[in-house]
Amino acid sequence: MNKHISPRLNRRAFVIGTAAVGAGLAIGLDLPFGGPAVVRAADGSPEIGAWVVVRPDDTVVIRIARSEMGQGSLTGLAQLVAEELECDWTKVTTEYPTPGQSVARKRVWGDFSTGGSRGIRSSQDYVRKGGATARVMLIQAAADAWKVPASECAAANSVITHTPSGKTTTYGKVAEAAAKLSPPADVKLKDPKDWKLIGKGVKRLDTVDKTNGAMIYGADIKLPGMLNAAIKDCPVFGGKLKSFDEAKIASMKGVKKVVKVGDTAVAVVADTWWHAKTALEALPIVWDEGDNAKVSSESIAKWLAEGLNNDQPAYVGNKNGDAKAAIASAAKKVEAIYSYPYQNHATMEPMNATALYTADKCEVWCGTQNGEAAFAAVLEASGLPADKCDVHKVMLGGGFGRRGQTDYVRQAVMIAKEMPGTPVKLLWSREEDMAHGRYHPITQCKMTGAFDANNNLVALHYRLSGQSILFSLRPEALQNGMDPAAFQGVAQSGEAAFGYSVPNLLVEHAMRNPHVPPGFWRGVNVNHNAIYMECFMDELAQAAGQDPLEFRRKLMGNHPKHLAVLNAVAEKIGWTTPAPQGVYRGIAQVMGYGSYVAGAAEISVTDGSKIKVHRIVASTDPGYVVNPAQVERQIAGSFVYGLSALFYGGCTVKDGKIEQTNFDTYNSMRINEMPKVESVMVPSGGFWGGVGEPTIGVAAPAVLNAYFAATGKRIRSVPLRDQNITFA
Amino acid sequence: MANLTINGKTFTLDVEPDTPLLWAIRENAGLTGTKYGCGIAQCGACTVHIEGVATRSCGVSVSEAEGKKITTIEGLASGDTLHKVQEAWIAQDVPQCGYCQSGMIMAVAALLSEKPKPTDADIDEAITNICRCGTFQQVREAIHTIASA
Ligand code: FES
Ligand code: FES
Repeated sequence: MNKHISPRLNRRAFVIGTAAVGAGLAIGLDLPFGGPAVVRAADGSPEIGAWVVVRPDDTVVIRIARSEMGQGSLTGLAQLVAEELECDWTKVTTEYPTPGQSVARKRVWGDFSTGGSRGIRSSQDYVRKGGATARVMLIQAAADAWKVPASECAAANSVITHTPSGKTTTYGKVAEAAAKLSPPADVKLKDPKDWKLIGKGVKRLDTVDKTNGAMIYGADIKLPGMLNAAIKDCPVFGGKLKSFDEAKIASMKGVKKVVKVGDTAVAVVADTWWHAKTALEALPIVWDEGDNAKVSSESIAKWLAEGLNNDQPAYVGNKNGDAKAAIASAAKKVEAIYSYPYQNHATMEPMNATALYTADKCEVWCGTQNGEAAFAAVLEASGLPADKCDVHKVMLGGGFGRRGQTDYVRQAVMIAKEMPGTPVKLLWSREEDMAHGRYHPITQCKMTGAFDANNNLVALHYRLSGQSILFSLRPEALQNGMDPAAFQGVAQSGEAAFGYSVPNLLVEHAMRNPHVPPGFWRGVNVNHNAIYMECFMDELAQAAGQDPLEFRRKLMGNHPKHLAVLNAVAEKIGWTTPAPQGVYRGIAQVMGYGSYVAGAAEISVTDGSKIKVHRIVASTDPGYVVNPAQVERQIAGSFVYGLSALFYGGCTVKDGKIEQTNFDTYNSMRINEMPKVESVMVPSGGFWGGVGEPTIGVAAPAVLNAYFAATGKRIRSVPLRDQNITFA
Repeated sequence: MANLTINGKTFTLDVEPDTPLLWAIRENAGLTGTKYGCGIAQCGACTVHIEGVATRSCGVSVSEAEGKKITTIEGLASGDTLHKVQEAWIAQDVPQCGYCQSGMIMAVAALLSEKPKPTDADIDEAITNICRCGTFQQVREAIHTIASA
């Protein structure tokens, strides 16, 4: 008998956070005096450790703490658990524990945050252990019943077999007994070479309801007696709400209440959202816009441009040798200035949250990338303690980093607080969503490269000027004022390390933080750093009279993983063979989120301004690939997101406000513009990299470099629509 | 008050005639499968069939839709039999977040009823829905799979 397993000691009974309405999961810990404790799911089925519930019919419910927003992590995480659990994959289903339940159980499910392409890589170890733990307990329960050593039993496909006798039983049959065992102190995870489910492109677990209208997103929440709210926040960031004339809309159809939301916003609550929105538009509002109303894209650009000058202070993010001296004495110099604008996430589903506040309870239903952050926002906005609050997560209609923020959750609670006992659903209009994003930060970059007489690159000075996300959102993560994340993709080491060796290198950041709130936008700082570096690499290659691929390769000898994905892409696109008539190629590579990625594009250009992207090849080495079918979709999706931003994106500022208001002014690419994306996965094992974001980094530079190959013209700013360049 | 025929059922709804059909469907008829993405007929998330024609319901008023046959994503299947587009979408795992997919599926279903074997050019012309997740490659492949079945 396995010594680690013994009946659990008694504990006091408690029941945690049963949702009154909606899809919460109830967890009861039933504790007959003197007997072992079993934690039960809402339907009474026992937990076998916190991650797994087994029903009598052998259905396995896997708990998922991270959020599903389309990226497929829900399925991938379930695969990780199921791999170790040895359960029947066809009987797997999933459920979200709530953050309130997690807090009540000492964060037994760990971090809920779903960003930074971290969903799988930062929880793979403990969720696999969760699966393995449950397997050991289930096998032990069967062995106990058969009075045989557990070591003589094995599990596969939810069936436990006593190998010597051939006796079998199923997980569902022994679940009750297994739940009464104490979990083993330690479990051994499988060797990756023995994986059967990890690495398989199994179907997603959440598709059916997305094809018949049944999937419930935050915007679809319905609660008994629920009212609907539309909101307008001061369009100038940092401005305030001065006054509004409620009387003007009081008699409009369906209007129930007009609510001041904090110091900056006003919401109309009505029977339907359409009524709320219509009344809000008719509501006379006076804003105190403040000094920020003087800020424009031009004034921001001017301020950032000043930061490119070497006499301005800057943080050094990566350095070797003496780049400035080497540049001063070089045989040849190349210099270029690039820029990248604000971008809105424009998730397909605008921000929303539904809140129900009573004197002693506050519950929220919403799509969030970070259940725990949303939970904290509920506590703060409601003023109630943790055991009186909860957040019920629903499917996200896209996240891309936007739903890691909790501004909309806080607003919903503040509104609901004005109407105790009545659930209120706050839904932002698309216009509000465009006006109050958490924008991809704005930057400029001056790069100087220097060559010796033999056209060897001897120095590179990479000087960024612009906004820091951490300064605004996580100031505690700054290091003596420096934002280490600003150097994603050009960092000395770590999960976003620079892939070139240059004898004299200086990478620095003159931090300038305009008033427009920045956020984590899919790919984050990798986006602009990869464009700047990879387009400039092409400029350097050109100056050296060398092929862009060969030029890079020579600098990548010390970076074999970076080089391997670049080579994979070059081979697949056929770099050394001529492209079809009129078609031109560009190539790029970067590292981000622990993964090495490269991309190549084949494009043709008509009249210098109409681009047809014929083909994209993208390669990634994320260490391990959990679900290749989903990785492929993430790669293709990242190109759509990245190229939409390149061609159509860009949020501009006028009078302190964002000028773009909807998809007519902030367009997104359509199917006719979508190139075929060919993925090349080269997982080298031994590490876990992210998938959702890294490849977006190479989307734009691959196309921009191909544009140069086609036209001989460099494009150094985004979006292309500002330069009258569009899709053919 | 307005009478709308949605998925073969008549709904008598307390709604003003100038209300966009989208909101009458979502809020008054309670069918939330049809999504709001932009409200200005740009994104296609709200696509339904009106007399079989793919229509962006945010750009049609209730009064314009009265007396016409409206089909939403909830009414696309015939009873328990899924529409072939839904089947293909499931078989090929098309959706990512899925929020745009009701509209995408309705647009594709209308295209296929008009052109059972669409070319890539037909697809490019007819399917103009936004998908921020970027499922276009899977959408195109699934359409071709249906067409070649
Ligand atoms: S919501 Fe109707 S087209 Fe976007
Ligand atoms: S699947 Fe998310 S927007 Fe299309």
